[in-house]
Amino acid sequence: MDAVTAAFGLIFQPYVLLVIVLSAIYGLFVGAIPGLTATMATALLVPVTFFMPPVPAVAAIVTATAMAIFSGDIPSALLRMPGTPASAAYTDEAFLLTKKGQAETALGAGLVFSVLGGIFGVLVLIVAAPALAEVALKFSSFEYFWLVMLGFTCAIFIAGSDPLKGCVSLLLGLLFAVVGLENPAGAPRYTFGSADLTGGIPMIPLMIGLFAVSEILRYAVVVVKPEMATDRPFGNVFAGMWALLKKYPLQLFRGSALGTLVGALPGAGADIAAWMSYGISKRFSKEPEKFGTGHVEGIVESGAANNSALGGAWIPALVFGIPGDSITAIAIGVLYLKDMNPGPTLFIHNPQNIYAVFIVFILAQLLMLPFGWGAIKVAKQILRIPAALLMPLILLFCIVGSFAINNSLFGVVVMGVAGVLGFFMERWGFPVAPTILGVVLGTMLEEHFFSSLIKADGNFLVFFERPIAGTLGVLCLLIWLWPVARMLRAKALPR
Amino acid sequence: MQRSDRWVGVALALLGLAVLWSARAFPNVPGQKLGAAFLPMLVGAGLLLCALALIVRSLRGRAYASDKATAAGSEHFGSSLVVIAVVLAYIFLSERVGFLIIAPLCLLAGFLAFRIGWRRALLWAVVGTVVVHIAFYKLLRVPLPWGPITPFY
Repeated sequence: MDAVTAAFGLIFQPYVLLVIVLSAIYGLFVGAIPGLTATMATALLVPVTFFMPPVPAVAAIVTATAMAIFSGDIPSALLRMPGTPASAAYTDEAFLLTKKGQAETALGAGLVFSVLGGIFGVLVLIVAAPALAEVALKFSSFEYFWLVMLGFTCAIFIAGSDPLKGCVSLLLGLLFAVVGLENPAGAPRYTFGSADLTGGIPMIPLMIGLFAVSEILRYAVVVVKPEMATDRPFGNVFAGMWALLKKYPLQLFRGSALGTLVGALPGAGADIAAWMSYGISKRFSKEPEKFGTGHVEGIVESGAANNSALGGAWIPALVFGIPGDSITAIAIGVLYLKDMNPGPTLFIHNPQNIYAVFIVFILAQLLMLPFGWGAIKVAKQILRIPAALLMPLILLFCIVGSFAINNSLFGVVVMGVAGVLGFFMERWGFPVAPTILGVVLGTMLEEHFFSSLIKADGNFLVFFERPIAGTLGVLCLLIWLWPVARMLRAKALPR
Repeated sequence: MQRSDRWVGVALALLGLAVLWSARAFPNVPGQKLGAAFLPMLVGAGLLLCALALIVRSLRGRAYASDKATAAGSEHFGSSLVVIAVVLAYIFLSERVGFLIIAPLCLLAGFLAFRIGWRRALLWAVVGTVVVHIAFYKLLRVPLPWGPITPFY
């Protein structure tokens, strides 16, 4: 209980509260501008959080991302452009509602069910993370090895439509992780004689490049002129929400639960959760014919799903150090910088920090109601700011931010190269999330593999001997063999 | 998009071969049969296999859903080249000429590439530089380079 009191003490300080309010406004703004994603918001925040104590640093990321995922709904409804990829699943639906004169319903449902879904995700996080940490305390290198492998497997098979390209992305990420001195033999790998590269490829500039600079390049290539769907002032966005809640409780629960689960799976985040939930909502709806004509049911379910995914993604991130999505991949980098190394011991040695993170999560969801309401009120003004004016400013921010991490221009070089790489990966259909997972987990994989190997003394069956390790290992192999088995069966069966 | 798959496949195969080739020289962990070469070897082999699969698939002409993600409307590669030029200019010039000179030039180039009017571009180039300078140099104490104007500071 002392830890909980201490956690409240960590949060309710003027400085931390100010950070939360400012990052809420920042998150709402970034999320509402099409082309600026929640992941980009996080990547841009990192250079600033770099100079903060751990709790406000994490608070800033948690608050900004929660707000950004909601406010991505605003341009969906008004411009037919998702503010973040997480809103893309129901952009058409929200826009058509606005066209029908029901902008309030579209935006209100987005806001209210985002908050409810978000709270669901946080509650699961609060219950599941400490319980899982208890189990994780008994884990040895074998379990961690298989967990990392399972994470890679999820990222390849769940996160993308094309497992082959996902596999290439993951291998590229592992290749980045290999660079430098940090490996079991302590040998310099792919450093090409450069002193900068012996320390490895710096993670934060890489992320800023992959998620922010690539977005700027994309914006530069394709110019779209959006048009506002409605010009009248909005009425009460909360009107009719209680009726919706009573009409669609199952949808809310299903979306939140699926979102949390998808969020917790490595490599898949809010955007995939929203797509899956929208599909499920349509399939089990009593009136599926109304989907795609401006029907609020899908918005309720997938709006809840994308916000609950945020909480879910933090479960494996905090307990195992395995990110549940791209945002937590960046956040894990911040945790390491702040000496808050993720893992089960975090729950024992610094429980007040963990509780503080939980409190921030709840606070962010509660703040979303008034702040989100305010954001909808000024939405039209925000959306009139031309993105062309923002992009060069963001680019300068990226450059200075990448420089600031190590006060070295090498970070800017990495950022630039990663930006171009991210741009072409997206263009040629290679998902970026597995790459990030490979970069974040590559060192961990190698470390656990070699300590397992030494313990196993040449006998690979030891990798399956411990019960949890064995289960994880078999699960991994099954997922890998499944497509092969299906292919063989399809060949064996005559048409 | 299948043609891009083919060329990307060739490039990835070459990368995989290069990784495999260079990984031979990495030393082993003392007392173990494997070492620093293990993961790079695995990555190289994986890249090579995936690359071959990509090439074979594109030659067979099978299209995948994700391949259809072609951008609609007109595309301007000129502005994206300006973005890259800005990053390069910062890398090569910032230490020589200083942040307060290179930053407004970078911003100005960006604004003009994105077709913002001259007046507005000039105004925001100055405002943006000052804001970033205050935020990073003054508040966060990042040692942004001064260049030739150091003596005046």
